[in-house]
Amino acid sequence: MSTDATRTRVMVVPASKPALPPHIKLRHDPGRGRWHVLAPERVFEPDPISIEILKRCDGATSVEEIATELAKDYNAPLQEILADTISMLQELSDKGVIKAA
Amino acid sequence: MNEIAPMEQFSEKPVVEACARAPVGLLAELTHRCPLQCPYCSNPLELDRVNSELTTEQWQDVMRQAADLGILQIHLSGGEPTVRKDLEDIVEVAAKAGLYTNLITAGVTLTRDRLKRLKELGLDHVQLSIQDVDDANAEKISAYKNGLAKKREVGKWVRELEMPLTINAPIHRLNIENLPNIIDFAVEMGAGRIEVANIQYYAWALKNRAALMPTRAQVLKSAEIVEEAKQRLKGVMVFDFVVPDYYAKTPKPCMGGWGRGVMNVTPQGRVLPCHASESVPGLVFDNVKDRRLADIWLNGQAFQKYRGTSWMKEPCKSCPRAELDFGGCRCQAMAFTGDAANTDPACKLSPYHEAFVAAAERESAEATPPPFVYRRMSPTKATPAE
Repeated sequence: MSTDATRTRVMVVPASKPALPPHIKLRHDPGRGRWHVLAPERVFEPDPISIEILKRCDGATSVEEIATELAKDYNAPLQEILADTISMLQELSDKGVIKAA
Repeated sequence: MNEIAPMEQFSEKPVVEACARAPVGLLAELTHRCPLQCPYCSNPLELDRVNSELTTEQWQDVMRQAADLGILQIHLSGGEPTVRKDLEDIVEVAAKAGLYTNLITAGVTLTRDRLKRLKELGLDHVQLSIQDVDDANAEKISAYKNGLAKKREVGKWVRELEMPLTINAPIHRLNIENLPNIIDFAVEMGAGRIEVANIQYYAWALKNRAALMPTRAQVLKSAEIVEEAKQRLKGVMVFDFVVPDYYAKTPKPCMGGWGRGVMNVTPQGRVLPCHASESVPGLVFDNVKDRRLADIWLNGQAFQKYRGTSWMKEPCKSCPRAELDFGGCRCQAMAFTGDAANTDPACKLSPYHEAFVAAAERESAEATPPPFVYRRMSPTKATPAE
């Protein structure tokens, strides 16, 4: 696979199109009544806004588009939402939870 | 985003309804058979024999029950889990039940076809252990020839099959100086994660402690190496660093608290709060053959005994860290102080702490460590390590 040749830190930018790799699973847990991100030997408990962002990480939608949608839904300033979204996705990218191409 | 990790790391959050909370992870020790003989094996000194192991159907039922109970991740371990010919049948049922499946393997008995099949059946992640990146040293530690070359091959297969790879490196006196090379090896293999896991001294490792214990200076140096590599490799490889608690001041929150987040099923089907808990006398271990997993988790005597904080004595009882580290490890308290309800001797408040640290300092300072007692199924005998 090609990814190993390019093993450098990926920086999340507004044009990045983040996706969850196949081995990362965003799942609703009916027993606990909340969402989980299942990762290698890790379980994350995303907060409501993280869930909304992760649901939109389809590899086709850009970070800017995600933030624009959320800014509309939450009636919040776009620049603020964009900055928060980038910082959250950067953290998740560093943890291997999302791939930002 | 909160992170809860079933195996190595634990968030420092107070317990909420600890007893009613469903476990996050289940360690399934499918077998105690293993071609390697690492002297720090976490399996008990008394190993389960092949003819006493749970059947395929029984393990499949454990997987279904685990999912029903709310367990999210299943860690398929051993011994060496791939020596079970029915691993595929167990993985298939676990994946279908919605469990996140993690294979913890030494790799030497795997084939590429088998790995591919396991992936097709839903295996999510492979954790590959290495003994060292020096061939001769790896051979000495595992008592297994050419293991490293085979592991290199297995790691390559995992990545070719586009599966996530973790390299697990147990660290001790014999390989701690090679840590930078071990980290490089994991990067080369394309691992997304590395566990730099200082040996925790239970079972075989406790028996071999004097041969394995690194010096305090070595441990401090290794922490620096990990910190530097973590920064350098940010976004490339995730680090888990398990520190050796003999040189700590506060104990580790062992298992994230007794009966709080994880459970362990032995090859014979006994259900344990942790893999070492059979070393604690007075506990009754239920078997999946006799009782439902959920009932064992909620009501089993072994799980109730040290769950929460009500069992605590001083200095734990009034300690502000009581719900952060849960008094550390019951098995270590048992082994070193003779009472599992005492605070872990790794805690500086323990009256045994000084002797505990002194043992590590004394043993690690010995110029010639004693020979290994290799992990073997039959009666053990010492074999020279040199």
